[in-house]
Amino acid sequence: MKIFVKFDFTRVCNKVIEDTLNSLGIAYNVPSFGEIEIDDKASSESVKLLNERLAIYGIDIIENQKIILVQRLKDAIVDMVFNEENQVNVKSSVYLSEKLGHSYGYLSNLFSEVTYTSIENFIILQKIEYTKSLIAKTDLSLTEIAFKLNYSSVAHLSTQFKNTTGITPTAFQRIIAKRRELANNPTN
Amino acid sequence: MIYMNKDITYVVLADDDEDDRLFFTEAFEELKITTKVETYEDGVALMDALSADDALIPNILFLDLNMPKKSGLECLKEIKKSKRFQDMAVAIYSTSASEEDIENTFVNGANIYIKKPSDFNTLKKILSDVVTVNWQYHTSGLNRDNFLLRL
Repeated sequence: MKIFVKFDFTRVCNKVIEDTLNSLGIAYNVPSFGEIEIDDKASSESVKLLNERLAIYGIDIIENQKIILVQRLKDAIVDMVFNEENQVNVKSSVYLSEKLGHSYGYLSNLFSEVTYTSIENFIILQKIEYTKSLIAKTDLSLTEIAFKLNYSSVAHLSTQFKNTTGITPTAFQRIIAKRRELANNPTN
Repeated sequence: MIYMNKDITYVVLADDDEDDRLFFTEAFEELKITTKVETYEDGVALMDALSADDALIPNILFLDLNMPKKSGLECLKEIKKSKRFQDMAVAIYSTSASEEDIENTFVNGANIYIKKPSDFNTLKKILSDVVTVNWQYHTSGLNRDNFLLRL
């Protein structure tokens, strides 16, 4: 029997981090997702242990300031795309530059330097990924998805999907459905 | 274990055409992304190497569809049966195929389908795109099950 599960990534990550910190007896505070303040009195030994235990879960402590800023930028973009309440009417460049307190030019150069892609492409990628997960997990029509993600028309979303992935949303939906069929009847 | 050096992308190609292997390796050498490239000339040699206990699992595996001894599709099906390779992206790298064949590789678990380009600069652009998108999946917590890309 195959079962399908879905995850709340934020919750999973926070739970792992909290449990790990507790097990090491380090006092901490979580101001926002992906950011942890630990007690200054924590020994370098226990910080090293923390590093090792979190690495098991693919969680890495980021040390470089530039990388931290890029990570915050990515989080802000993901937040902007995935949380509808946060959907802003200002341009994303204005939103990101205000939220992170740096000029858009600086953020944009830094982002390309660290990630090999542009902020614009990353936003499109995130929106298309969100579209994919909605196609795979819900019964929403493409028109409804286009509306939800603030696209001016379903044609615009459809074109951007095709340009980004090389396949149409319909083909994507068909492939995912066939994969599930194959997973449930491996002999066919 | 999966190749873990974060600054280097480890890619492997299985292709029976020697010229194609050479172009592929040279294209990667010219990209600004640091990669480690290894090539095999057929599906059996590839699967033997990947199945070794101490084998490093590539970040991206490129499979030619038509190869002697074991085809790309056979390799793909074997790979998808094993948990060891769940974090590895699989790209089909093929001269030409029908729409139906292309879709079939996706259904069987391929993440990327690349039609072999005829000129070197296009190849460089395509491989750079593939590594960049894969990198995004790797570093931005995206759902790999939804990773489908056709170039």
